[in-house]
Amino acid sequence: MALQATYLGMPLDVNDLDVENLAYFKHCAAHDFHLQKCGACGLVRYPPTTACPWCANPESEWVPVDARGAVHSYTEVHHAIQPAFKAHTPYLVLLVDLDTQKGKPGEHEALRVVGNLATPDGGLAPPETVRRVGIGTRVRMVFSDVAPGLALPQWTIDEGAAQPAKPWRYPQE
Amino acid sequence: MPMPAETDTTSPKYLRDKYAIVGVGETTYMRGSGVTTRALGTWAVRNAIEDAGLKPSDVDGMLSYQSGDSTFSTFIAGDLGIRPSFYMDVFGGGSSTEALVGMAMGLIEAGMCKVVVIFRAMNGFSQVRIGGTGARAVAPVSGDMLHSRSYGWQSAGQMFSPTFMRHMYDYGTRPEQVAAVKAIHSEHASNNPKAFYKKRVSVAEVLASRIICKPLHLLDCCVETDNGTALVVTTAARARDCRHPRTLIRGVVGRCSKPRTDMHYQDGPISTVAGHYAREILWPNAGVGPEDIDVTGSYDAFTFTAMLQLEDYGFCKKGEGGAYVSDGTIRLGGRRPNNTSGGHLNEGYTHGLNMVIENVRQLRHDADDSCPMGPDGKRRHTYDYREGGCRQVKKCEVTANMGWANPGTGSAMVMRND
Repeated sequence: MALQATYLGMPLDVNDLDVENLAYFKHCAAHDFHLQKCGACGLVRYPPTTACPWCANPESEWVPVDARGAVHSYTEVHHAIQPAFKAHTPYLVLLVDLDTQKGKPGEHEALRVVGNLATPDGGLAPPETVRRVGIGTRVRMVFSDVAPGLALPQWTIDEGAAQPAKPWRYPQE
Repeated sequence: MPMPAETDTTSPKYLRDKYAIVGVGETTYMRGSGVTTRALGTWAVRNAIEDAGLKPSDVDGMLSYQSGDSTFSTFIAGDLGIRPSFYMDVFGGGSSTEALVGMAMGLIEAGMCKVVVIFRAMNGFSQVRIGGTGARAVAPVSGDMLHSRSYGWQSAGQMFSPTFMRHMYDYGTRPEQVAAVKAIHSEHASNNPKAFYKKRVSVAEVLASRIICKPLHLLDCCVETDNGTALVVTTAARARDCRHPRTLIRGVVGRCSKPRTDMHYQDGPISTVAGHYAREILWPNAGVGPEDIDVTGSYDAFTFTAMLQLEDYGFCKKGEGGAYVSDGTIRLGGRRPNNTSGGHLNEGYTHGLNMVIENVRQLRHDADDSCPMGPDGKRRHTYDYREGGCRQVKKCEVTANMGWANPGTGSAMVMRND
């Protein structure tokens, strides 16, 4: 069934035909991160696709994935483009390498999952938290509840993990 | 079936030097054009046909690119009296120019038409903002964009910045090195009377401008403008009868991509861009290498895009792009100037076509700067590159254009003069 909701004033629309995204967000709504696992080669992939990017097999099953990892790269947005984000600058867009399947199938590959830096309850992180995060920061997944049946995966600092002494941040603050 | 007597069976494998760009044309570069994209396209195409010394009735092929923000070939054809034997309007922005030149060569080679116009017409400031503000920023989020726009990850600068940041992390690239791209291109623009921004800016001014999204300052980002731009492609043989000295196409690579085009960040290293793959097609096709190139046109949607492509096409060692763009090499008077018109950062934003126009003019030795006109109607270039002066490169025989769609996709083309 189609999902339509408003998040930060932004209309989100997952239509009836988009069965991969419907399945993805259904799991997110239960605060349970699942990705597609290929029925042939067994590799997990992100974001949702209609066939395996490595072996082209169309069969897959949704499997739970341990969503912890380290920031691979990021941008820190000061001038928001979308009106919905203007009240939340500066905000971080993080590319996070999951520990799950890191270095597979090739040494430079990873499940590189997008999300904003968020508070543990899924809200966009305040500026003082933004300043603590850079490449290498250990993060764990949390969810922003958008509506019944729809939540967005987000990242928050993994306070229980061993953090790098000084994550890499853009040199000009 | 026997082939007709006039069939050309001599095509070399790579079509080197068999096709030429014979006409270039543009509108002025504006903010607030006050006219439709149809009017801009017609204006630019007319100028390009005129520049070639051809008539609209000589043109029988049309190609254009757009992102739902422009008119179609059929309307330009109608305005100019062109009867197309072939036309196609493709979806896309950056990297389309060189790719469509390659397609034009293929169309003519296949006998489908004889003279092809390529155009891009856009009100990138006054209608569909290229920076992504306006209508695009408030459209509902669905499909594949659920995994990007939902996170405030939408504009070109936002989408590319993880590549830029990771390059700084992997190689120690510094903000002031990359800012030199803007400073140098602004010097070039100061010698280009048609550039939208003609004022020279310093590295310090780039670094002092406000942050848009790290690592991009305002002045690391290109200008949004309204303009039309156009090229005319035909055979090298026919080019002999056109108005200007021939600009021969040595080789093209079109929309060459990294793995995982659905989301290129899944493939690493993310600090490497599509040029890493495209160069393996470009240089063998062209029969030259980076060391043979006199002038480059590396797409500067951002300072970083110009740097990353120069690096991955092999103009310097991997990781040394920061030094390459800041040591004077890419400046007029340097060993290999880049974007002598001022590029997207200064002249105007065209999704790449103006950088090809500029290199055609460089190869003709006919950069439209402020040098005095001789009695033969050709400029007497002074090679004095001070502000307001010359921008013609003294020795310009072979050029390379490198178009950028995103970190994962790019196109390129090598041209030479006769």
